[in-house]
Amino acid sequence: MFASFDRLKKNSVKIVPYLFIAPNIALFVTFMIIPILFTFYISLFNWSILGTPEFAGLSNYRKLFSDSVFFKALGNTLYYTVGSVSISVVLGLAGAILLNRKIPLRPFFRGVFFAPVVVSLVATGLIWSWMFNGTYGLINHVLSLLGLQGVNWLSSPVWAMPALIMTTVWFKTGYCMVIYLASLQNIPPSLYEAGEMDGANGWQRFWHITLPMLRPTTVFVLVISVINGFMVFDLIYTMTNGGPGRATTVLVQYIYQKSFVESEMGYGSALGTFFFFVVLALTSLILFTGREQR
Amino acid sequence: MTARGGKLTNALIFAVICAASLLFLMPFIWMLSTALKSPAEAVSRNIRIIPEKIMWSNFAEALNAVPFMGYVGNSLIVAASAVVLTVFINCLAGYAFAKYNFKGKNVLFIMILSTLMIPVHIIMIPNFFILKNLGWLNTYVGLVVPRAAEAFGLFLARQFIKEIPDEMIEAARIDGAGEFAIFRKIIVPNIGPLIAVLIIFTFMWRWNDLIWPLIVLTKHEMYTVQLGLAIAKGEHFINWNILMCLTLMSIIPIMIVFVFFQRYFVQGFAHSGLKG
Repeated sequence: MFASFDRLKKNSVKIVPYLFIAPNIALFVTFMIIPILFTFYISLFNWSILGTPEFAGLSNYRKLFSDSVFFKALGNTLYYTVGSVSISVVLGLAGAILLNRKIPLRPFFRGVFFAPVVVSLVATGLIWSWMFNGTYGLINHVLSLLGLQGVNWLSSPVWAMPALIMTTVWFKTGYCMVIYLASLQNIPPSLYEAGEMDGANGWQRFWHITLPMLRPTTVFVLVISVINGFMVFDLIYTMTNGGPGRATTVLVQYIYQKSFVESEMGYGSALGTFFFFVVLALTSLILFTGREQR
Repeated sequence: MTARGGKLTNALIFAVICAASLLFLMPFIWMLSTALKSPAEAVSRNIRIIPEKIMWSNFAEALNAVPFMGYVGNSLIVAASAVVLTVFINCLAGYAFAKYNFKGKNVLFIMILSTLMIPVHIIMIPNFFILKNLGWLNTYVGLVVPRAAEAFGLFLARQFIKEIPDEMIEAARIDGAGEFAIFRKIIVPNIGPLIAVLIIFTFMWRWNDLIWPLIVLTKHEMYTVQLGLAIAKGEHFINWNILMCLTLMSIIPIMIVFVFFQRYFVQGFAHSGLKG
């Protein structure tokens, strides 16, 4: 009798983990896995929100390669990502190195640089739209004090993207800084002492000790930032909505516009599928090169 | 001499950091300043940080311009229920992945982990149809449930729970505790810091989210704070001082959480990349 009771208990232990993961897996499958497969599938159809889907083979993909707006959006996404990521990573690293010293009020400063990270992108977009306002914005006020002629930032095809990049630097730098700060504190001081004994100056110590020790962190920060850069949407939706003209139209926003505003679901899904593979390729590329050099 | 040089360098660095933090604070200061100005002063050509006359009435006007308190109510309902659901199911699944052996464990875990890098934006269209068929458009359920399971939380929970010694679990099992009782009485009391990080991040992410409400909601009375704010920007009858007032009110809750729990934000961000 005891034996059968034991077996019963053992069997229930076997089912238990499945019960524990069931809610998670159910939600993942329904709202993540099925939608991804469904996106691939819809991309083979012509489908407006009201009509019935019509099988179209690969024509949506052919359309993609002759769509000049798509290439414009791709270029803008690259411009935005490279611009905002490179500046934020460099400033974040510099900030982390400065804050890694024993200076007064360190937690306060760290809080100041980090605070923009927790502000929503909509609020960030509103604050900076006002900062960049052509007539009344603080930026143009300050420029005129310096004797410079301001520009109509967000409605200028040339300056709208730099304005978006500057806004991004504002909230991205603190993120990079905090992550660098955490890993700077893990570099053993003995390495610096050894470097000093060998007569290395500050710059050499940075170049030959700090930077190599931070490489895994840099790879991590780059992967996250580049992917987030490619996914930019909320900020652009709030600040420029892709304009003026197509000057700040980025991939995700183009997908949103095609699918939900112009209701070309099939084409929107083809764009989404393309985007999916771009993100996948980027992640593996950065991870791969990071491993190579280590 | 080196010591004096060091002091000078430190003073210089301190000055640079002070200047940089002023620069970083400026957008906040300018928002606050504009929010307290009269419409005329907000668009005046003189830069004044402290308004000539502080207009506390702007807040009342802002609350009249848009149903802001309704947005706050919706966002709080969504964020609070998302916190409860997300923390519960991710800790439970994290426990299963950390401490049980079962068939398909690795495959399932890798499948979930691989979704970490998939932008929700590319699956907007299918999700819209799934929600529509479930009748979840314009509902709290539709806002909360689909995104309650997320890879970051599950991953963090698994890593954290792995550290709990197996002996504790075995001892409870020998004492005859049921499997869920073990989770409740042994695991949960030992993962306080994990739960804190998950609560704070889920709250922040849900409070700040725009894209999911944008897909799920069309009815104005269901709007969340971020959606309401984004729409208010397009309304030409709303002045900038009122817009800044609304923006200020929208970031107060998350700023309060941030000031009190900065440590957890830093820990959590070091393990994730939850910001566009």
